[in-house]
This record gives sequence, C-alpha cells and structure tokens, in this order.
Amino acid sequence: MTRALSAITNRLVILVPYLWLLFFFLIPFVIVFKISLSTTAIAMPPYTPVLGLADGFSGLMSQIGEFSFDNYLWLTQDALYFNAYVSSVVIAAISTFLALLVGYPIAYGMARAPATIRPTLLMLVILPFWTSFLIRVYAWIGILKPEGLLNQMLLGTGIIDQPLVILNTHTAIFIGIVYSYLPFMILPLYSALEKMDYSLIEAAQDLGCPPISAFWKITFPLSLPGVIAGCLLVFIPAVGEFVIPDLLGGSQTLMIGKTLWNEFFANRDWPVSSAVAVILLLLLVVPIMFFQQAQARAQEEGR
Amino acid sequence: MNASWSRFNITAIVLGFAFLYLPIVLLVIFSFNESKLVTVWGGFSTKWYVSLFNNQGLMDAAWVTIRVGLVSATLATVLGTLAALALTRYTRFRGRVLFSGMVFAPLVMPEVITGLSLLLLFVAVGLDRGFFTLTLAHITFSMCFVAVVVQSRLVTFDRSLEEAAMDLGAPPVKTFFQITLPVILPAIISGWMLAFTLSIDDLVISSFTSGPGATTLPMKIYSQVRLGVTPEINAACTILIGIVAIGVIAASLVNKRREVQRLRDEQAAQRG
Repeated sequence: MTRALSAITNRLVILVPYLWLLFFFLIPFVIVFKISLSTTAIAMPPYTPVLGLADGFSGLMSQIGEFSFDNYLWLTQDALYFNAYVSSVVIAAISTFLALLVGYPIAYGMARAPATIRPTLLMLVILPFWTSFLIRVYAWIGILKPEGLLNQMLLGTGIIDQPLVILNTHTAIFIGIVYSYLPFMILPLYSALEKMDYSLIEAAQDLGCPPISAFWKITFPLSLPGVIAGCLLVFIPAVGEFVIPDLLGGSQTLMIGKTLWNEFFANRDWPVSSAVAVILLLLLVVPIMFFQQAQARAQEEGR
Repeated sequence: MNASWSRFNITAIVLGFAFLYLPIVLLVIFSFNESKLVTVWGGFSTKWYVSLFNNQGLMDAAWVTIRVGLVSATLATVLGTLAALALTRYTRFRGRVLFSGMVFAPLVMPEVITGLSLLLLFVAVGLDRGFFTLTLAHITFSMCFVAVVVQSRLVTFDRSLEEAAMDLGAPPVKTFFQITLPVILPAIISGWMLAFTLSIDDLVISSFTSGPGATTLPMKIYSQVRLGVTPEINAACTILIGIVAIGVIAASLVNKRREVQRLRDEQAAQRG
C-alpha cells in the first residue's frame, strides 16, 4: 500500500514540474516558430493561422504548403535587423569583458578577506540584486544626464568645462549592463576563487615567480570555471536586453531586444517579431548549451 | 592573513561596493528633494510621498503587483522545490536532459523571447490576458530560480538522515515533511523571497503577458520614466527598496538565529 503510494508520489514529483515547463516553456517556442512562418493580417490576433487541426490531416498538409519564409526573407532584406543583431552581440561582448574587468578584483578581494567577514561581503554583493532592475537602471539616468549629478560634480570641481554627453550613447549602455549584471559576474568568480588553495601562490613566489606571472599561471587558470560561468551569465541575457538600451541608449541605439519590442508593440507585426525571436534564439543556442553543461558539471561536483 | 588581504584587495572592494551602492543611495536621497528637478537639491521634503499615495493609478498598479507577486511566488516555490527534488533525487528518468535544460535555460533566456512566446501561447489557447496570464507567466520564470536555490541546498543534504527515518518505519511522505523539509526550509524561504522579488520587479514579461486592467507597478514606472524623471518615481522606488531591504534583513536575522540555535543544540548533544 505505502509502496504503491510512494511510487505515485515519486512520479508526481517529476511529472508536475515537467509538464508545467513543457507547456509553459517549450511549447510556446514551437508556437513562436509556427507564427514566424505565417503572414501578417489585420485582425486580432494579427496573423493568419498556420497549422490548425480543424480541417483534419489533409487540411494540415495543405497548410504546410502555405508555410511562408517571407518574414525571414524580410529580415535579410532590411539591413536594420542584421545591424541590430551584430550591434547587440558586440555591445554584449564588450560589456561582458568590462564586467569581468570590474568584477574580478572585487571577487578576488572578497575571496582573500578574513573568513569572518566573507558572509557579510557576499550578502552586500547580493543585496542590490534584490532591488528592482528597472529602479537601478533608472537611477543612472539622473546621474548620467547632461545636467545630471556626474556632470555637476565634474564641472563643480573644474575637471571639465563642458558637460559630458554620456546618456543616449553606447557608453551609457556599457555602464548600465556592467552595473546591473555585476553580481552575476562576481558570484561565480568568488566561489571559484574561494575554493582555491593559496599555498600554491606562496610556493610559486618562494620559487621566485613574480606576483603578476603567478597570477596568470596559477590563479587565473584555476578560476577559469568561474570566469566562464560569469561571462555566460552576463553575455546571454545582455544580448537580448531591452530595458537598458531603451532607457540609457536613446533612440539611435540598435539592439535586437529593442527591435523585437518595437516590432511587436509599435508596429504590431507579430509574425516578424516571432521571426526576430527565432533568429535571436538560434544565435544564443550555443552559449545557452555551454551554460547548461557548466551548470550540470557544477551540480555533479557538488554531489 | 593580513598580508594576503592587501591594500589592493581592500581598495577593490571599497570601490566596487561604492559603484554598486552609490546610484541607489543617490536615488533615495533625491526622493526627499523639495525641488521638482531631480538633480538639484532644494531642501528636505516628504511631499512626493504624499502625492504618491494620492496617485490612484500608481496605487492600483501597486496592488496588482503585490497580488501577482504573492500568488506567483507561492506556486513557483512549490513547483520549483518539486523540480529541485526531481533533479537531485532522480538521476535517471526518461527525458531528464530535456528537463534540466528546461530548468536552467529560463535563467539566462532573454526576457523578450520568454514574454513573446508566453503571449503567443495564451493567444493560441484563447486565454484572455490579465491577472491570470500574468500570474502564470511569473510562476514559469521564477520557479526555475527557486529550483536552483533549493537544489544547491539539497545537494549538500545528508541522505542518511532520511534513510534512518525510513528504516525506523516512517513512510516516505512523512519522512519528507518531518526530516527533509525542516532542513531545506531556509532555502525554500529564500527561494520564495527571490521569486517574489523577481515577480514585483518584472517589466518585460509582464508587458507582453498582461492585458487591460492588469497594469503592474514596473509597467507604470516605465511609462512615466519615458516621459521624464520625476521625484515621485524616486519616492515609489524608495518604498520598494525599503520593503525589499526589510524583508532581506529580517530573513537573514531569522537564519542567523536558527544557526546559533543549531550550534547550541550540537554542543549540548556533544556534552550530553
């Protein structure tokens, strides 16, 4: 009796979240792909349906004949989309590199801190993550504006005599992404650096290795899993970022998340925005798979 | 120890934390600004908080946000904990690779894709967009974060406790509620809090999946920010930050007390 019951609960533990994710995460992608093959229509929903099962199998086959790759053709014809994809990847890559540059010394400092204050430092890194993403991006508008706090400070101290134009440039986007995603970079770096055996460094130095080359020969290679995890955690979401380029980058910035948003909300073109999403997903499939493998490996090690 | 925690390390940490916290501190300070200009200090005033509470649209949005947050965080915690159990306890079942993929992918999936795909699903099955669809969407993306948090606790869990309980005749369900659950409870609570914060914070997925009558606070803030920065928004943000800060600090105090209690119990057990 209890055995049968426990077999059922075992099944349910797996089945419930499995079915939920299947229905609300995987199937929606199939629908996105399907709609990216349909044509725009002035109706609600604004596309002609493809692959309805209402007409039975023969209807299905004739509908497959009506699949249209026009939306994808359209993406290749208008240079706007290609440029948006390229500039998203470039902006995300530069921001990821900058985040690594800023995050590494912080993570290293934390890992070498006295063990008693490490939990507090960790808490302080995580805390900003709990405050709203939107609020943190919004806070930078007041700082970076031409008449904002940064310019007031620099003008007041006489370092510059003309206000710097930062808001609505790529620099503002870099600052926004580095700032918003910094905890994602620091945490995996910290957990890699904290595990490291620092007597290795001492041994290297005793043998006459200068500190900088000891860093590149020992510390950095050993922290590489953290570097990879951190970079993926920043890069992947940054490519599709919408809020930061929209609020800090101004109207001239091309990023694919923004293009998708405008295509959907301003042009109300659902099939084209679906096609944009499919291409973006294809672009990110390889990094996402890397990320999953890293996660799975970390899980195996923790076991 | 002190030699290795050099001046360089301390400088890096101080500068890093200044970078992380200064923008938020400035935002809070300027919410008490008398002047309507967000960047020029005109004296201390709480008038923006008063006008905030008289702003009916903003208050309605706050109410929607809190309701969606409470419902979605609770359900996401249940589903996420189940997913974490499935991932750590069952190393072999059909489709496990797909399952772990579906748990980890939403963590990094760009929100515009998740939002668009969920919207198209809701349209395809004929659900009216509003409070209900908003909640479903929030459950879906936040349950994966809960799963990761709970899973990291489960991995270090000592299975022999459970085996002992079962050897003594406790049925699996009872074992779970009496042995496993109390041990992983702190992780479940932080999972719930993370899910709640993610929910009340979300703009992009909400914009896609909500309909007329279900505007959330971030959507309201976003539409006002696009028109310009106002102290009223600073005040709204400050209140949100305050709520989250109180929650996080309370949770860490509770955790600390449990930890102290546990150490005391262990010492008592060793002496006895």
